[in-house]
Amino acid sequence: MSNSAISISHGSGKELLALLNEIIHPILTLSHSGPHEDAAVFLPPPGRLGFTTDAFVVNPLEFPGGDIGKLAVCGTVNDLACMGAMPLQLAVALVLEEGLKVDVLKRILTSLRNAADACGITIGCGDTKVVERGRADGIYITTSGIGTVRDGINLSSGNAAVGDSVIVSGDIGRHGVAIMASRGNLGFTSQVVSDCAALNNLIDALLDAVPETKTIRDATRGGVAAVLNEIGLDSGVTFKVRNCDIPVADATQGACDYLGMEPIQVANEGRFVAVVPESKAALAVKTLNNLELGKEARIIGTAHQAGRFPLLMETDIGGTRPVEVPPGQLLPRIC
Amino acid sequence: MGKIKMALKRFSDPKLAEALLTDIAKKSRQIDPIRIMEVCGTHTMEIGRLGLRPLLPGNIQLISGPGCPVCVTPGAIIDTAAQLALQPNVTILTFGDMIRVPGGQTSLQKSMAGGGRVRIVTSPLQGNALAEKNPAMRYVFIAVGFETTIPVVARSLTIALEKGQDNLFFILAHRLVPPVLDALIADPELKVHAFMLPGHVSAVIGEKAYQPLIDAGLPSAITGFEPLDILLGIHAIVDMKARGETALKNMYPRAVKPDGNPMALALIGAVFEPIDAALRGIGVISSAGLKFRNAFSAFDAATTFGLDIAQDKMPVGCSCGSVLRGLITPDRCPLFDKQCSPETPVGPCMVSSEGSCAAYYRFERR
Repeated sequence: MSNSAISISHGSGKELLALLNEIIHPILTLSHSGPHEDAAVFLPPPGRLGFTTDAFVVNPLEFPGGDIGKLAVCGTVNDLACMGAMPLQLAVALVLEEGLKVDVLKRILTSLRNAADACGITIGCGDTKVVERGRADGIYITTSGIGTVRDGINLSSGNAAVGDSVIVSGDIGRHGVAIMASRGNLGFTSQVVSDCAALNNLIDALLDAVPETKTIRDATRGGVAAVLNEIGLDSGVTFKVRNCDIPVADATQGACDYLGMEPIQVANEGRFVAVVPESKAALAVKTLNNLELGKEARIIGTAHQAGRFPLLMETDIGGTRPVEVPPGQLLPRIC
Repeated sequence: MGKIKMALKRFSDPKLAEALLTDIAKKSRQIDPIRIMEVCGTHTMEIGRLGLRPLLPGNIQLISGPGCPVCVTPGAIIDTAAQLALQPNVTILTFGDMIRVPGGQTSLQKSMAGGGRVRIVTSPLQGNALAEKNPAMRYVFIAVGFETTIPVVARSLTIALEKGQDNLFFILAHRLVPPVLDALIADPELKVHAFMLPGHVSAVIGEKAYQPLIDAGLPSAITGFEPLDILLGIHAIVDMKARGETALKNMYPRAVKPDGNPMALALIGAVFEPIDAALRGIGVISSAGLKFRNAFSAFDAATTFGLDIAQDKMPVGCSCGSVLRGLITPDRCPLFDKQCSPETPVGPCMVSSEGSCAAYYRFERR
C-alpha cells in the first residue's frame, strides 16, 4: 500500500485487503494464514463471563500520556476489571475518516497493540470501515471485551452500606486536564499527563487481599464525583469525603483552579474508586500502595445514612456542602 | 512543593480557620445582628464551596450582591451578539461563561447551534492575535467585566490601535464597582451594615474609591479569595463592629495597595470614559458603564454594525434583580429549583459561573 493517507476506496475490495494485510493485521497481529473466518471461536474457561463495550471518540487523537488506541484498550479492560473480570478477548472496530494519515493510524494501532499486550488481552477479532472526509474526525474506535469473573466476587454499585470506606486508587483529574491542555484551551503549557492506564493488575491485587470489596468503579466522565453520586443513589447511602484527603497533583490543581473546575469532577482514565468494609480499608490501601499504579491510593471518606444528596464534601475549613455530577458540556469528547 | 504553593497552603490551614471561626463567634456575641454584603460573585461561589454559611453564628448573615459581571450584562446585549454571530464574516469572541446565559430572546449557545460563529477566549489579547491571523474575518469581542477585566481589554484596544487592526471590534458591557456601591447604599430597601469588598477589583482601583462607604458609616473589608482570606474579611468586620469602629480595612495587602494599580488605571482612563449604564434586573446606574474615547471609537461594534440594543425585560417571575440587589436570597425566588435550575436557567444568576442563584443551587440547598 503506497498511500500516505486513507482514501474512501480503502473501504472495500482490493484496497481494503491491502490496508488490512499490509497495515492493520500485522500491527494487531491477527493471523490470517488459515481460512478467512467471520468470527473468533474459542472455549472459555469455566465460570461466569463479563462482557462490555465502549466507543472512543476522543479529540485530539494523541495527547500527553496516551492516544485513542491505548484508551480503547484500557477503557474496556477497566470496565471488565471493575466487575472482577480478568481480560480474555477484545474485539476492535475501526471507523477511519478519509484523509487520516497512515502514519497516525500506524501509531495508534501500535499503541493499541502494546496496551493489549501489557494487560494480557487477546485481540480476537475486528472490523474496519472507511467513511468520507468530515464523517469521523480522524478515527473512531469501538472495543468490546470479554473477561472471566473471579469466583466468589460479586461487585455491584448497589452494595455499599453505611460505615463503608471510600478509597481512590491514585491522584485524580489528570486525564481531563491533559485533554484540555492538548486542545490548547488552557492558554499556558501544562505538565499534566493523562493517567490513562489498565487497572486489571491493580484490581486483581485488591481483590486478592480484600475479597469483601463492595464495588469498584473507574472514574471516567464526570470524575470521582459522578461515580460516587451513582453509587450513593444505587446503594441508598450518602458519601462524605474530605477535601484534604483527596490526592491531587499540584499541576492538576493549578490547571483546575485556573479553569474554575474541581478535580473531583474531572475525568480520569486510570483511576478507580473502591468501596470496602471499614475494617478492611487500611489493608486495601496498603495493598494498593505496594504497586506503582496505586502508590497514591488513599481513604477519602465514608458512607453515611442517605440524606438529600448522594455526595457531600467536608471542606478545608470544616464546612460541608454537596458535590454534584458536573454538567455534561464541561468537557466534550473526553474519551 | 514550590514556595508559592507552600505559602498559599497556609491560607487553607484548618487550624487557623478554626481559630478565626472561634474568634468570630466570640466577638459576634458582643454585637447586634449584622448583614454583610459580599459584593463579588467569586466570593459568593467560594463561600458556597467552603460550606461557610452554616459555620457562622446566627447573627451574622452574608448577603450576595451584584458583583457578577455576566449576571448584570443586559440581556439585550446577548441577543444582539447572538444575531451578529450569524452575519457573514463575523465571529463573536467571548469569555466562556457567557455562552449559556439566556438573553431576552436567545443565547450565544443557541446561536452556535443555528450556525452562529462564536468562539470562547480566555483573554481579549487572543482577539488581537486572531484578527492579525485572519484579516478577512471580523472579530467582535463581548467586553464584560468589572475593573478586574477592564485593564486587559484597554490593553487589547491600545494594541489594536498601534497595529492598525481594522477587523477587531468590541461590544462594551463593562460595569464599574464604586458607582454600583453608591447606588446600593442609597437604596432605602437594602439593609446592609457592612461590605466585604472584591479583592481583585480593589487590586486595580485601590482603597480610596471606597471612601463613600466610610462616609455612610459602613465598616468594610477588602477581602481576598483563599479560605482564610474570606474568614479574615469577616473577622475584620465583626471586630470593627464589636469595637464600634467604622473604617476600611485592607485584609488582602499581598495583592491590594492603597493606590491600586496606577498603570492599569491610566490605561483604562486613556481608552474609556464613564457613562450611565443599565445593570440587568437593577436599572440604570449613574456612571456605572464605559464608552470609548474618540481615539478608539473605530473599534466600537455598536456604531460599526449599526447595533440597536433594545430595552431589557426580565423573564416573568425571575427575581434576579432582587437577588442582585441583596433584597432576597435566591431560594426566595418563586422559580428557584422549580422552573429555574442550572440545566434550565431562566435568568442569568442561575447559569453564570459567579451567579448567586447558581451558587445557592450548588452549595446552599440542604
